[in-house]
Amino acid sequence: MQTSKAQISSLQLEGVTKRFPGVLACDHVSIEVKAGQILALVGENGAGKSTLMNILMGLYQPDEGRILINGHETRFRSPNDAYACGIGMVHQHFMLVPNLTVTENVALGSKDFQSLLNLNLKGARRRIAEVSERYGLPVHADAYVDQLSVGEQQRVELVKTLCFGTRFLILDEPTSALTPQETDELINLLKRMSGDLSIIFISHKLNEVKALSDTVTVLRRGTVVYRGNTKDNSSQDLAALMTGHEVNLPHNACEDGCGNVLVSIKDLKVKSDRGNLALDGLSLDIRAGEILGLAGVSGNGQRELADVLAGLRKSVSGSVLLEEQNLLGKSPREIIDAGFGYIPEDRHDEGIVPSFSIRENLILKDFGTPRFRKGPFLRLKESEKNAEDLVHRFDVRCSSRETAAGSLSGGNIQKVILARELARQPKALVSVYPTRGLDMGASEFIHTKLLELRASGVAILLISEELEEIMNLSDRIAVIYKGRIVKILESGEATRPRLGLLMAGVKDDGGAA
Amino acid sequence: MNPIDLVLNILTIGVPFSVALLLASTGEMFNQRAGIFNLGCEGIMAMGAFLAFLPPFFLKDALSPAMSNMVGLSIAVLAGAVLGILFAVVTIFFRAPQGIAGIGLQMLGVGIAGTLFRHFVGGVTGVPGIANFPIPFLSKIPFLGPVLFDLNPVAYFAFLLVPISWFILFKTPWGLRVRAVGTHPRAADTMGINVARVRFQALALGGAFAGLAGAYLSLCQAKMFADDLVAGRGFIAVALVYFGRWHPLGILGGSLLFSIAQSFQLSVQVWGIDFPYEFAVMLPYVLVIVVLALTRKSNKRSPAALGKPYNREKRV
Amino acid sequence: MRESAYLVFIILGAIVAAVGMGAIVLKLIGVNPFDVYKVILTEPLKDIYGITEILVRTSPLVFIALGIAIAFRSGILNIGAEGQMQIGIISAAAIALAFPELPKPILLPMVLITGAVGGALWGGIAGYLKARMGVNEILSTVMLNYIAAQVYGFLLRGPMIDPEELTVGSGTPQTIRLPRTAWLDRLIPGTRLHTGLILALVMAVLVYLLLWRTTTGFRLRASGAEPRAARFAGIHVERSLVIAMLFSGGFAGLAGAVELTGVHRRAIEAISSGYGFSGIVVALFGGLHPAFIIPSAIFFGLLLIGADMTQRAMAVPANMVLVLQGAIILSIVSAKTFLNDPYTKDRFMRRMASFRLPRRKKKTVSGLGQGGPL
Repeated sequence: MQTSKAQISSLQLEGVTKRFPGVLACDHVSIEVKAGQILALVGENGAGKSTLMNILMGLYQPDEGRILINGHETRFRSPNDAYACGIGMVHQHFMLVPNLTVTENVALGSKDFQSLLNLNLKGARRRIAEVSERYGLPVHADAYVDQLSVGEQQRVELVKTLCFGTRFLILDEPTSALTPQETDELINLLKRMSGDLSIIFISHKLNEVKALSDTVTVLRRGTVVYRGNTKDNSSQDLAALMTGHEVNLPHNACEDGCGNVLVSIKDLKVKSDRGNLALDGLSLDIRAGEILGLAGVSGNGQRELADVLAGLRKSVSGSVLLEEQNLLGKSPREIIDAGFGYIPEDRHDEGIVPSFSIRENLILKDFGTPRFRKGPFLRLKESEKNAEDLVHRFDVRCSSRETAAGSLSGGNIQKVILARELARQPKALVSVYPTRGLDMGASEFIHTKLLELRASGVAILLISEELEEIMNLSDRIAVIYKGRIVKILESGEATRPRLGLLMAGVKDDGGAA
Repeated sequence: MNPIDLVLNILTIGVPFSVALLLASTGEMFNQRAGIFNLGCEGIMAMGAFLAFLPPFFLKDALSPAMSNMVGLSIAVLAGAVLGILFAVVTIFFRAPQGIAGIGLQMLGVGIAGTLFRHFVGGVTGVPGIANFPIPFLSKIPFLGPVLFDLNPVAYFAFLLVPISWFILFKTPWGLRVRAVGTHPRAADTMGINVARVRFQALALGGAFAGLAGAYLSLCQAKMFADDLVAGRGFIAVALVYFGRWHPLGILGGSLLFSIAQSFQLSVQVWGIDFPYEFAVMLPYVLVIVVLALTRKSNKRSPAALGKPYNREKRV
Repeated sequence: MRESAYLVFIILGAIVAAVGMGAIVLKLIGVNPFDVYKVILTEPLKDIYGITEILVRTSPLVFIALGIAIAFRSGILNIGAEGQMQIGIISAAAIALAFPELPKPILLPMVLITGAVGGALWGGIAGYLKARMGVNEILSTVMLNYIAAQVYGFLLRGPMIDPEELTVGSGTPQTIRLPRTAWLDRLIPGTRLHTGLILALVMAVLVYLLLWRTTTGFRLRASGAEPRAARFAGIHVERSLVIAMLFSGGFAGLAGAVELTGVHRRAIEAISSGYGFSGIVVALFGGLHPAFIIPSAIFFGLLLIGADMTQRAMAVPANMVLVLQGAIILSIVSAKTFLNDPYTKDRFMRRMASFRLPRRKKKTVSGLGQGGPL
């Protein structure tokens, strides 16, 4: 990849169509960006934004359509071609090799630093320093990527892309892992950069879109539904365009009082995979009939907490009480039998067995109960009835109950999981990032069900990256930082800025933000 | 027998025995660092052993011994690379599961070597093979001289390969690419690296080394070919890569350890100890299991993408 | 309609690839591949003895393939059937020779069960190693094969050898003949076809019931299909691995015991003769399903007998069987992944569709996800 390229005065995608097995991700999409502009590509999860950008980056091949640079048709057969034209991307899931240093990652992608036998790490380091200096993005060039925090990794990802001589920068959901304050910093940085570069950024967070972009294109279900100037539209207009209807996510009114403490976590100390303490004395109480939201930047111990509550991770010390019964150290089976429900983070590979049918997945936890088994044998008729009932009640769209659950759409998979968990009538429920990657319709359904569950007296722990979701649904919000709960706020007291500061570890002195 | 003689005896037998394991295992290290484990190593070694043996056997009248040995070695290395590429096609292009595909390759290699052997050669016959080459002066050092410096030329190459492969893997751009591809292939892909091509190259290299390892067995060590010549060394080589934590030094240590176990059956005879033959033969295989059981599944060292096929078109 | 065309295309491709690889090797040794394949596929069927010999081979293949199917579906790749079979044989022989005075209804089941238990324990070692210590099961079972071979050889040459061989015989490593009370009956006099075949067919039915109709089978299949989800659901994945290996090794051991009591009636060298590996190919070819394993085993029985015949009649070395099996494995796993990979399937279907008339093109635009709009 060369370091200086001709300025891209205009970039167009024309009639781009892309299909995946069973899904039409992009349907004749056309977008246009001019030099020095910031275009926001907006849409719900699954609208086709990332797919479109990956096509622009040469990772996916479009089934139809063309890419025009400065009016000339170009074909990107691989990321190399895209780089050669000066297009670079900061991905949502960072594309950094974890066991290499920052310098090695940069050297990896740049032919400037590679001759046949010699790896020019010094040159790479120099380039990193130049870029860091120019854009005000300090990075530790010799640190191993897997030892950096999420925020640092994103800086590295940005620096890396700039080191490759990008003139046209694509950012995919750049703020998903940042605190509100870090988000503001990034937006200011991008504004400064737009003097040198053209920028396309993907987001579903409309306040950022309003703050940063000049033009906006809205995608819905793989097609363009709107193209225009950002300042001509309000956030509400854009939201309506994104979903196609009035957005009305269910809101927790917190009217009925909550019951007794049902789940009591005390002083939990848990080791992470790397050996350090991921949870360092975490204590939390969840009451019956309440939704307790856990807010925090990912990587502060949420994963480990969820694992412990599922019985999949050992703890060093502490206790987890469900109605006076200590569940710490018990097997997943015992925890499930005690009345703990669980909606896992990875719905496709942790929530269901993808190759099993919907019917089988619905009895994944209960196949051993007297209802579904007779001696060593499974009662097939009973599981069929169960599946019929649940599929109907939870409106799971499928051609047959015997189809493999893994072939369903994300929203339907989540419904299957939800159906299974709710049918067991748990006493407590842990729900981890339940609407990640789902569109508004599916999210609405999930939220409605969670609120119903709350109304029936279940203690619910909601772990999520989406502050909106947490603020919408929770009765109380606990902020987790470096493996501890730093503060618990009532729903009314929790504002974005206040939560943002807590998530970044800033001590909260209570009161006005 | 006094202790010094004992140790020297073990080393004298053990060090040459380690060469085949070292070569095959180093090759497999490149494979696994790139993300693919090739259990067909055993089959490639069998093919290499047979093909290296063939020219000296057939052409002993037409060519000088040195020439026919060279031809044999070259064919073995080439065939190894070809088989490595065949495996690459199956596991990269077809994205077949690597474990079973490896067993398939093993059967294929062992089967072809045995079939051709029985047809072209018939019975077990010896060849002069490649003689040892004592390094002048160094081999005269008391005690260690004959052990370390009176070895086969291929053996010297194998030991030199340890620092060379270290350099390739950690100091060259290609090595960097291999490590990236075996850990986070999608990241490498987004940076413009052709993941499939790097893996193909690694597998070809690994296959070539496995072929050379087989050639060593037939031309330098046993100086003949038989159906059961490889006797599981290919599998042991794959296990060695885990044991050696995917690092050339670890693999060197592991090869020496296992070869000493393998040479145990010979040593026992020399010492005149009445030990059941079968249990001596069993030793290296038991050792592999023990070693695998004791090696903690170290998350940090193993290439994160090992065993997982990569599909760029997959919707992330 | 297009789905089945895709299936047929891939399977044909796999068969052609395997046959082709074998043909290349045959050409190298100067034999006409077509003649060889013809002999393999037709010669054994020419008389009743040939057909019964095919069924004699089928019986151990079915047992082993059933065990392999259980293991593979549970997520554990058992390559150790060969060694498990040998341990099964030697334990069965030991019991048969130790209690010659027991009546047949007691001794014969005891012998068969001992064989199964021996194989199960041998397989269980690998299962335990994987479950508790994360040891790669392909490596451990392969190593256990080598170890079992040595144990078998040691016992056969040593403590269990027929004393007569040492005194008046040629020292061939083999045990004395088993007592008649430990023999499986012959089904057709004059042939070697024995009642073990019936047992094999019964076992196939039982394995089907086990995997798809019992809670144990559910656990095994879930652990194999997606261990992460299985763990979240409270299934003890590690325990399932061990159970799967016990079953798998048990079937291999049973195969050995049946082969011992039905065919040879004494433990000899090379008694397992590669069944352990052939069984893997049979299982894969049979799609890891009992219903298809039976015809698959019959087909491979045919292959093995046919290969024997080509060895005698056409000087094709016995290792050729290994070549064919290796080629078949490579072809099957490549084809299977192609078949199951939704991306290649999708691309293939669309390419096929583009060969049709334009007015059909509308049909090929895939709709939205299976779930449809929410």
